[in-house]
Amino acid sequence: MKGSEVVLKALEMQGVDLVFGHPGGAIMPIYDALYDSDIKHVLVRHEQAGAHMADAYYRASGRVGVVFATSGPGATNLVTGLATAHMDSSAVVAITGNVPSSLIGTDAFQEADVYGITLPVTKHNYLVKNVEDIPRIIAEAFHIAASGRPGPVLVDIPKDVQLADVEGTFEHRIDLPGYKPTLVGHGGQIKRAAEAILAAKRPIMMVGGGAQVASTDVMAFAESTGIPVITTLMGIGAYPAGAPQALGMPGMHGTVTANRAITHCDLILGAGLRFDDRVTGKISRFAPKATIVHIDIDPAEISKLVKAHVPVVGDLRDVLPRLKSMLAGLDIHEWWQQLNEWKEKYPERYKTDKPLVSQEVIEMFRQATSGDCIVTTEVGQHQKFAARLFPTSKPRTWITSGGLGTMGFGLPAAIGAALARPGEQVVCIAGDGSVQMNIQELATIFKHQLPIVIAIANNGMLGMVRQWQELFNAKRYSEVYLADSNPDFAKLAEAYGLDGYNVFDREQAAKLIPEVLRKGRPAVMNFVVYESEKVFPMIPAGAGVDEMIIGDQEPEEVEGVKS
Amino acid sequence: MTHRHVLSVTVRDQPGVLVRVAGLFARRGFNIESLSVAQSEQSGISRTTFVVTGEDSRIEQVEKQLQKLIDVIKVVDHTGSAFVDRELMLIKVAVRTPDDRVEIRQIAQDFRARIVDVDRSALIFELTGDEGKMNAFIEQMRSFGILELMRTGRVALSRSASDMKTKSNHRSKVA
Ligand SMILES: Cc1ncc(C[n+]2csc(CCOP(=O)(O)OP(=O)(O)O)c2C)c(N)n1
Ligand SMILES: [Mg+2]
Repeated sequence: MKGSEVVLKALEMQGVDLVFGHPGGAIMPIYDALYDSDIKHVLVRHEQAGAHMADAYYRASGRVGVVFATSGPGATNLVTGLATAHMDSSAVVAITGNVPSSLIGTDAFQEADVYGITLPVTKHNYLVKNVEDIPRIIAEAFHIAASGRPGPVLVDIPKDVQLADVEGTFEHRIDLPGYKPTLVGHGGQIKRAAEAILAAKRPIMMVGGGAQVASTDVMAFAESTGIPVITTLMGIGAYPAGAPQALGMPGMHGTVTANRAITHCDLILGAGLRFDDRVTGKISRFAPKATIVHIDIDPAEISKLVKAHVPVVGDLRDVLPRLKSMLAGLDIHEWWQQLNEWKEKYPERYKTDKPLVSQEVIEMFRQATSGDCIVTTEVGQHQKFAARLFPTSKPRTWITSGGLGTMGFGLPAAIGAALARPGEQVVCIAGDGSVQMNIQELATIFKHQLPIVIAIANNGMLGMVRQWQELFNAKRYSEVYLADSNPDFAKLAEAYGLDGYNVFDREQAAKLIPEVLRKGRPAVMNFVVYESEKVFPMIPAGAGVDEMIIGDQEPEEVEGVKS
Repeated sequence: MTHRHVLSVTVRDQPGVLVRVAGLFARRGFNIESLSVAQSEQSGISRTTFVVTGEDSRIEQVEKQLQKLIDVIKVVDHTGSAFVDRELMLIKVAVRTPDDRVEIRQIAQDFRARIVDVDRSALIFELTGDEGKMNAFIEQMRSFGILELMRTGRVALSRSASDMKTKSNHRSKVA
């Protein structure tokens, strides 16, 4: 058996039936073996997109996503995708070919130090030296990627190792003495957490991306305690957005209620989140009155930015039920009164006394799908509007690049999610800037006829950057204008064999969105929207949560909108 | 609070493991003051000693990040606990006059420095000890003229029978 065949067999043994990838010289032996394999391969048009697809495949299904790429440029193209998966703790195994061992270090054709380049953007990586090591390394790669705090693992295999002959034995021992994630929470710490929660009068729970695996435990905990729940950008779906106890998203573009709650609460129960700077704003002004109880599987996240008074290291699926059993319904009636007052005063609002706006388009999609679909997003204003107006209610259905904020993520992510969950509707909320960063993957959508609708909120702008320039750079709009050279997106979609629609007004939008969704065909819907819309509330970079600019979320007209 | 930290990091002997560990310090803006690496008592396992100065809380964060590396087995921060540390130095001192030679050898004896090479115009000494001793000897030799010196950097072990702050100790496992 050849090394390349061993790779595919080892993948099969991990239950892999689908990989994303793009061939090239140094990985040809693996592609040759693939020719006879039962594993299905999705040929991407750019390796970065392949990495995003594998990432979203994991996020949507909980099954490790796999991507293949060749040496040199193929592997370097993966880097953005790996970094995105790393920041958002997504389990991806990337397999790259490399030049033959004898040429490594000689600046050979298509040689790059892939091991060195990917070291800081992976949970772990390997350079395979011996063909005998392949079964063990592949098994370790999957184990590391999916266990503890998940993350991407890269396995770089020189061409001669892929071609080497080996006795077909798959016996191996995972040998990782330095890797033992803590899953079971410390009893004493859980008890201290319970005591702190019982002593609180104004507690809130904040859940992040780590809670996607523990959604039922989060819901059970919230139900039995009655605690208010804030979901971070990565936590959307882990707790139902529409539930009465949901306060929405915190942070830079969070809801007024969530941010007020953070400022006024006396306890935060953080579960599976890392208190990212986009959530906390200026640390010294973050939750100044609160005792912080922080549960996370990664001990390095505890007290990294926000000092935890009660740290609990462990898996939420272990810790939350145990914590729940020590608590009953909390007596926080007055706190709820305050929260409900804010919720009532600050519902999501936007003005429609102008051309079509992104927010109403996004809301129309929520209505047309009843929120029952998978949502992926690109990065920019449309992403924040979607987080607020189109948050999903089930785990693993909200897929966005939170930590790295990678433009070009959403379109390939929609493909990864659609392939992970066949038959489910996928909506990609995109911006006209971001969508062009991996637009070539329309070919992949066409090829596999995936039920994806890409909704472009086309403001003719790099809108998020424009917003900052308007507010903080004295309206000096530097290099954000796209409208004069954007393609005709409907024609572009049609060129790739997809249905394409250019939509200019709200009547047309309201009519077309349900129609297109009903067709179940891959489509691009290009909504030409008002160009100067801004996302509010907003906490300016470096400011405190309590310094939020409420803008057009204020009940009375405060923010004069110019056109 | 800023302190000097002596860290023992036990690692699996894998290619690139030093890059991973040292890279973590670099990415977080720490300058490594000294670093030594060698095989430990167990085959396949190396012990490294890092000396870094920095804000305690930031060093603690680096330690946690180090613990996360798959090839890192154990991280021990010796700061604030009992440990022994030693350094080895080779130092080449100029010998200009016969009187100098006598005097240099006398001082070396007081420091228990061993002569490892003798030349008409220079002597090479080998000296082990803690950092203070190294620095004192260097000071003494300065007036004669130090031609070259090389130090290994510190190596450290904690005094207790078992390192308490190990990764496996504050982590439990579940099926
Ligand atoms: C790869 C990458 N480059 C640059 C940025 C910086 N950036 C963040 S949002 C944004 C504008 C995105 O424009 P668009 O996709 O049209 O979304 P809009 O804000 O207009 O809704 C930019 C340039 C980024 N996040 N990612
Ligand atoms: Mg735009």
